[in-house]
Amino acid sequence: MNRKARITTLALVALTAGALSAGAAHAEKAGGILKMHHRDNPGSASIHEDASYSTNIPFMGLYNNLVIYDQSAAQNSIDTIVPELGTSWQWNADKTKLTFKLREGVKWHDGKPFTAKDVQCTFDLLQGKGDNKLRQNPRKAWYSNLESVSVNGDFEVTFNLIRKQPAFIALLASGYTPIYPCHVDAGKMRTNPIGTGPFKFVEYKRNESIKVTRNPDYWKKGRPLLDGIEYTIIRNRSTAALAFVSGKIDMGFPMAFTPAMVRDVKKQVPDAICEIQTTNVATNLIVNRDSPPFDNADVRRAMALALDRKSFIDILYEGNAEIGGAMLPRPNGVWGMPAELLRTMPGYNPDVKANRDEARALMKKAGYGPDKRLKVKVSTRNIAIYRDPAVILIDQLKDIYIDGELEVVETPNWFPKVARKDYAVGLNLTGSAVDDPDQNFYENYSCGSQRNYTQYCNKELEKLFDAQSMESDVEKRKAIVWEIDKKLQEDVARPIILHSREGTCYRPYVKGITVMSNSSYNGYRYENIWLDK
Amino acid sequence: MGTYLVRRSLLMILTLFGISVVIFTLLRVVPGNVVDILFEAAGFVDEAEKAQIEKDLGLDRPLYVQYASWIAGLAQGDLGYSYASEKPAIEEIAPRIPVTTKLAVLALLFSVIMGVPLGVISAVRQNSGVDYMFRLVSLSGLSFPSFWLGLLTLMVFVGATGNLPIYDAETESFWDALLMYSVPAAIVGFRSSALIMRLTRSSMLEVMRQDYIRTARAKGASRNSVNYRHALRNALLPVVTIVGIEAAFLIGGLIVTETVFNIPGIARFLVEAIQWRDYPIVQNLVMFAAVVVVVVNFIVDLLYAVLDPRIRYGD
Repeated sequence: MNRKARITTLALVALTAGALSAGAAHAEKAGGILKMHHRDNPGSASIHEDASYSTNIPFMGLYNNLVIYDQSAAQNSIDTIVPELGTSWQWNADKTKLTFKLREGVKWHDGKPFTAKDVQCTFDLLQGKGDNKLRQNPRKAWYSNLESVSVNGDFEVTFNLIRKQPAFIALLASGYTPIYPCHVDAGKMRTNPIGTGPFKFVEYKRNESIKVTRNPDYWKKGRPLLDGIEYTIIRNRSTAALAFVSGKIDMGFPMAFTPAMVRDVKKQVPDAICEIQTTNVATNLIVNRDSPPFDNADVRRAMALALDRKSFIDILYEGNAEIGGAMLPRPNGVWGMPAELLRTMPGYNPDVKANRDEARALMKKAGYGPDKRLKVKVSTRNIAIYRDPAVILIDQLKDIYIDGELEVVETPNWFPKVARKDYAVGLNLTGSAVDDPDQNFYENYSCGSQRNYTQYCNKELEKLFDAQSMESDVEKRKAIVWEIDKKLQEDVARPIILHSREGTCYRPYVKGITVMSNSSYNGYRYENIWLDK
Repeated sequence: MGTYLVRRSLLMILTLFGISVVIFTLLRVVPGNVVDILFEAAGFVDEAEKAQIEKDLGLDRPLYVQYASWIAGLAQGDLGYSYASEKPAIEEIAPRIPVTTKLAVLALLFSVIMGVPLGVISAVRQNSGVDYMFRLVSLSGLSFPSFWLGLLTLMVFVGATGNLPIYDAETESFWDALLMYSVPAAIVGFRSSALIMRLTRSSMLEVMRQDYIRTARAKGASRNSVNYRHALRNALLPVVTIVGIEAAFLIGGLIVTETVFNIPGIARFLVEAIQWRDYPIVQNLVMFAAVVVVVVNFIVDLLYAVLDPRIRYGD
C-alpha cells in the first residue's frame, strides 16, 4: 500500500470511528426518572456512619470522592482508579505522602464552594479529630496509618502517612470514602445530606421511598443523564420480584436476587438483563479458640477438613458461588490464590472422603469418636443467609463426630455476643468493601481488631501484613498475599466456606449499568445511567 | 348513664396506665438496644461510641426517669424523637395512621358485608348445598395464611393484568386509590368475614330455635320479617362483639398484609420499630393501639344497648 492509500485508509478509519463514537454519544438520552427497588431502610444517609450497601446504593450519587473506581469497569483495581474531586495525584519518593491537586469551581449542593479544607475536615472526622464528630465510625481502622491531612492552599491536599502504604489510594476510591462538607454538621448529614455529587437529596421516607434528583450544577458537564432516581422500599423479596416483572420498577436492588429468583424473573421477563456476579461477601466458619476443646488445633483443623464446599454452593446457590481463601478468587477478584495452591490447603481438596478420613483421625487423636461425640452449639444470626449455611454446616460436622445444635441469635445481639466470645462455633458472613489485602487482613485477621471475631493473633504473620502493604510491585505483593492467605487457611483462622454470587436485574432500556465483580460497595455513582425509552 | 360513663372513663385511664408500664418495661427487658442495631452492619460494637450514643439518647438515665419523661412528654403532646430516623416521632407516626385506618376500615367493611349476609343465608338454608359451600368458603378464609393468599393474589394480578396492586403514594384518582386499598383489604377481610360468617350462622341458628321466633311464625309473620327483624337483630350481639375485636386487631395486626402489599402503615412500622428498639415509636404506637382498642370496646358496649333495649347502663 502506497503512502497516499495508507493516508486515505487511515482517514476513512478515523472518520468511521469518529462517526461511530459520535453516534454512540448521541445515542445517550438525557432525562427520565429511574425507578429502582430498595431492599430495606438504610440506617441514615450518611455513608461514613454506615457499613451496609443499603446506604451506599441510594446515597453514593450525592457525593464525590477524591478518586473513584472507574464506574464502567467491572473489576476494581489500582489500575481502574480515576480522578474525581482530585484531578491528579502524586506520591513522594518513599510513598509516605500522597498529594492531590483538587478540582476548582465545584459547588456543594447548598451553593457553597468546595475547597481543600473540606477534604481535611472529612479525614479529621474519620479520625475523630476536631469538634464535629461522627455518631459511629465503622471504618476508623482504615485510616490507622494516616497521620494527618495537610492543606496547601485552597486546591491541594497532602495525606501524610505513618509508613509507606501504596494501596492507601484504593481505600480513597471506595464508595465508602465520600468527601463531606466542612460547614455541615455530621448529624445533619444523616438526615439532610449535602454533597457535590451528580444527584441531590430530596427525601427519605422509611418503609416507603428514597428520592434523589439531578444536580443541575454538577461539575461534570452533561452528567448525570437521569433527572432523578426513585427507590421504592420493598422488604419482601417476592413482592420486589413481582414489582420488577410488572414493570413497576426498572431495576431491582443490586445483588438482591438469588440465582433461583433470577431464573424465575427471566422466565417471566425474557428480555430482562440479569447479571449474577460475585459480591465479595464470604460465608465463613468462626471458632472460639479459647473455648475447650476448640483450643486444640487438631479439632479446629478437623472442622476445616470436614467442609464440603461444593455441597454448600450447590444447595445454597445452585452452583453459582466461588471457592476461595480470604481474598476473593480470580478472575473476578484481583488477589485470590491460584486454584492449584488453594487445593493444597486443609479442606480444599475436592476429595471430600479423604479430607473427612483425615478429620476423623484428628478427632480420634483429640479423644472423640463414634462412641464419644462432641456436642456443640452452632451460633448464627437469625437471618436466612446465615441460618441456611449453618444448618448445612451442622449436617457436615456430624461426619466427624460433632453433633451441632443450631442456636439462632437475633440481630441486635449477634455482634455483642461474638465480641464477648460467648460462642463456641459460629457461622458468619464477611463483606469486603475494597478488594485489597490491606482492608481485609487488617480488619479481619490482625491482633486486636474489632472485627477479628476469632481473635486469631499471629504476630509473625502481621509482619507479612505490613510487608505486603508496603510493597509497590503488584506481582511481588501478590506472592506475599498468597503466602498470608495460605497460612490463614492452614491455621484455621476463619475458614472461608464460599464467596457468594447474587443477581442484579434491570430492564433492557436501562443503559450504562456496570455490576462490579469484586465489590458490592463501590459502583453506584449512577451518573452515566440513562433510559433508552 | 352518667356514672357509668365516668366509671368507664376512669377504667380506661387505669388500663392505659397499666399498658404504658407493661410496654415500657417489656421493651427494656428485651436484650439489645438501638445502639446495638446501629452497629449491626459495622460488624462490631465500639463500646466508647456506644456509651456516647446511649448518653445522647438518654438511655443511660434510670428507668423511672425515662418513664416519667415519656409520660410527661405524652401529656404535653410531645412524643419525642425517633432514634432511627432522628425525626420527631409524631412526624413518623401521623402519616401512617390514615394509611392503616383506610385499610382497616375497608377490610372491616368487606368482612361485615360478606360475613353477615352469608352467615344469615347459611343459617336460613341450614344443611343445604349453599350452606355447605359457604361453610367451605369460610373454612378456607380461616385456613389460608394471609401472606400466601396475598402473594398468590399479586401473582394472579401480574399474570392477568400486568399490573401490581401494591402501595403507591401518588395514585392518580380516587378510584385508583380505592383499587389499591381494596385488594389488600379484601385479603385481610376474607379472614375476618369467615369468622363473622361462622359466628352469624351459629348465632342465627340458636336464635331461630327460640320460642319467640316460633311465635312470630305462628302469628303469620313473613319469612323475611322473622329472619331479619326478629332473628337477625338478636343474633347480632355476639357478632358486634367479634367485629369490635376484629377492628382492634386490624389496627396492629396487618403486619403480613402491609409487608406483602408494601403498604407503609403502622403495623409494619411498629414491627420495624421493635426490631430497631426504637422506644419512642414503639411506646407511642402501642399506646395509640391501646387507646383504639379501649375506645372500640367502649363503643361496642354502647352498641349493645342500641341493639338490645333490655340492656341499660343505669346509675
